Amino acid sequence: MPRLPTDRLTRKSKGAPFKAPLIVSGKSGNALHVHALDLRAQRLGLYKGQPLANARAMVQPLTIVPADEKADAMLLDGIADWSDRFTPLVTLDTPDGLFLDITGAAHLFGGEAAMLAHVTGLIAKQGFVVRGAIAGTSLAAHALARFAPSIVPARGEAQAVAPLPITALECGDKILRALRHAGLKNIGMVAERLRSELSERLGKAFVTRLKVMLGAEEQPLSPRRALPDLMAEQRFAEPIVTQDAIAASLFSLAQSLSEILEREGRSARVLEAVFFRADGKVDRIAIKTGEPLRDPKIIMRLLNQKLDALADPLDPGFGFDLVRLEALLAEETKPGTISFDHDENARRQIAFLVDRLSVRFGEHRVQRFIPQDTHIPEAAGIAIPAQDRDFAPGNWVLKRQPGDPPRRPLRLLQKPEEVSAMASVPDGPPMRFRWRQCLHEVARAEGPERVAMEWWRSTGLARDYFRVETETGQRFWLYRDGPYGGLAPRWYVQGLFA
Amino acid sequence: MNNTEKIAELRHFLARYDLPQDRPPLPLGDSQADAVLGGGLRPGALHEVFAGNWSAGGFAVALAILAAKSKPLFWVRPDYEAMEYGAVSPNGLAELGGDPRQLILVRTRNAAEALSATADILACPHAGALLLELNGMPKCLDLVASRRLAFAANESGVTAVMLREGAETEPSAALTRWQVSSAPSRADDDDWGNPVFDAALVRHRTGGLGHFLLTWNPEHAAFDTADTGAVVAAPAHRPAYPQEQRRAV
Repeated sequence: MPRLPTDRLTRKSKGAPFKAPLIVSGKSGNALHVHALDLRAQRLGLYKGQPLANARAMVQPLTIVPADEKADAMLLDGIADWSDRFTPLVTLDTPDGLFLDITGAAHLFGGEAAMLAHVTGLIAKQGFVVRGAIAGTSLAAHALARFAPSIVPARGEAQAVAPLPITALECGDKILRALRHAGLKNIGMVAERLRSELSERLGKAFVTRLKVMLGAEEQPLSPRRALPDLMAEQRFAEPIVTQDAIAASLFSLAQSLSEILEREGRSARVLEAVFFRADGKVDRIAIKTGEPLRDPKIIMRLLNQKLDALADPLDPGFGFDLVRLEALLAEETKPGTISFDHDENARRQIAFLVDRLSVRFGEHRVQRFIPQDTHIPEAAGIAIPAQDRDFAPGNWVLKRQPGDPPRRPLRLLQKPEEVSAMASVPDGPPMRFRWRQCLHEVARAEGPERVAMEWWRSTGLARDYFRVETETGQRFWLYRDGPYGGLAPRWYVQGLFA
Repeated sequence: MNNTEKIAELRHFLARYDLPQDRPPLPLGDSQADAVLGGGLRPGALHEVFAGNWSAGGFAVALAILAAKSKPLFWVRPDYEAMEYGAVSPNGLAELGGDPRQLILVRTRNAAEALSATADILACPHAGALLLELNGMPKCLDLVASRRLAFAANESGVTAVMLREGAETEPSAALTRWQVSSAPSRADDDDWGNPVFDAALVRHRTGGLGHFLLTWNPEHAAFDTADTGAVVAAPAHRPAYPQEQRRAV
């Protein structure tokens, strides 16, 4: 889309077209230049990269709008989202292009030519100037789309790009100058040269680029999104709007996906429902489960729950014309997961409950704990999402000996709170302390238990912990910063016992 | 059947109306308390613990540990609780005789969310116990909500313990209501003792009331009879023992 910035502005000012030729100005260093321009401006002889002052001198009047690269990028992203409907493998070709890997997808649209016409037609209808090419490698397609829009038959890249000027190689000013110097005017002429010679003069990277351009070497595209392992989709000639229709479509997709999973002997851990709106907006709803899923009813239940929990509900606008259900992560179903064992059944029921809660409240709000090998009290156990199955439950080491009362508090304050305490002797336990406006008289205290900070973790002072019972039987876990370097000891409440 | 009999029968029916099913009770371990409770804590019912001070949290957790046995213990708490009363420490739970591996913590943004999470958990009969921690008097926790909880607990057999901190008592559908604060432990010379709770059973829909000193023994995950030698002083604001046995609401 060579005129993305100006097309964006024209689309935005719908109904009130710009009177004068439109120019988007960009800034390089301290100089303004022409960043993008519309057709009228180009016809008047202006060109991309021209200093703005020159353009102003040549044409009056001009509409000049400063470039908004962020908005352009967002727009490109939106178009890429929309293009997901053609193939799941869409890559950004910044700043103004998109790569669609249509391997195995073209026949769905009646062949390559029909597909190209279909895609570009739809984009053009949205008010964009668009050019497209189909080629075996991304670089060749990139160059052809810009210089000679066409469809290259298999292995015809070398021939197709041969007449293109060397600027189509987009390999930097230095190399370009060297090529010009050598009298090479188009890609065909460069291709005729010995590879070793080019590599010697211009570097290996250039040769690789050339090979890709000529279709002799492949360069994989990295997709914008993780490719789904498996998916099912449904297209609608008439966009669907009502909740019932959407639910029905989702359920039938869940059924077909479950059949595919069944056939493959796999179950899904991460699912995503993608709603393509007729006007180009794409909504995605992902659910993650701890227990591999295959049952369409359960899939539906989780999806419904997620849809209900959305902060801003799914807005069908003018309707969805494509709904897709993707299994982003599908794993082999282990034989023996289907079991009539009571314990196994209970475990699965609990896992399903955890999944439902996680879908509703977010996976980081449903947690279980795993022990850590540290003696710092607040780091001894960390909370992880309960769905996460990659951690062993671990063994919790008790601080108390058999038969002893608890040695560690049930609740830890998120941040130790400083208290004013009075101790009888400098090293001794406090006699009374005031915490949250309440004065507590200490009846008994045990300690100190010295906990040194781990030097690789923090540089805090060692702490002397005291277990303290007040006269009313409340139990606190207090500590005192180690009395070092003449600092007056400071007392903190860190935990509360039962 | 004459009218008097009919009315007597209806009275009897009403007294039993929406009470939990009879399930084998879970003995607390304290003989007095178990006698009043009719053998122990009733599983598949809603029990309320009103906090007199910080220690009540430990009492509620103790009940939940008792009810969960070796099944998962779900602890639902709105974020506010963690800010005010501190984060749950799995080590502390282990020290109290619970199993941190069975603990699933559900943190919610507010009390309404906590109640809705609770409804889901109580619907799953494979959960062991539910501990719902609520601060203050949230609007969403009305009689209907607590009825719903009691009903769901009864259906699935999951025991629900509701810990109310900083709250006034209000009507609810709970089977028992406890008013709990700490009591001085029975310490010997070189160690402090197991935690002791001053627990008053102030409401009990199917039996008598009582006021007990309960010592939690983490080793057995049950209460011992506290034996401090002293008789608990009757709190000024409520009788130590009920004047009459109340039934139903």
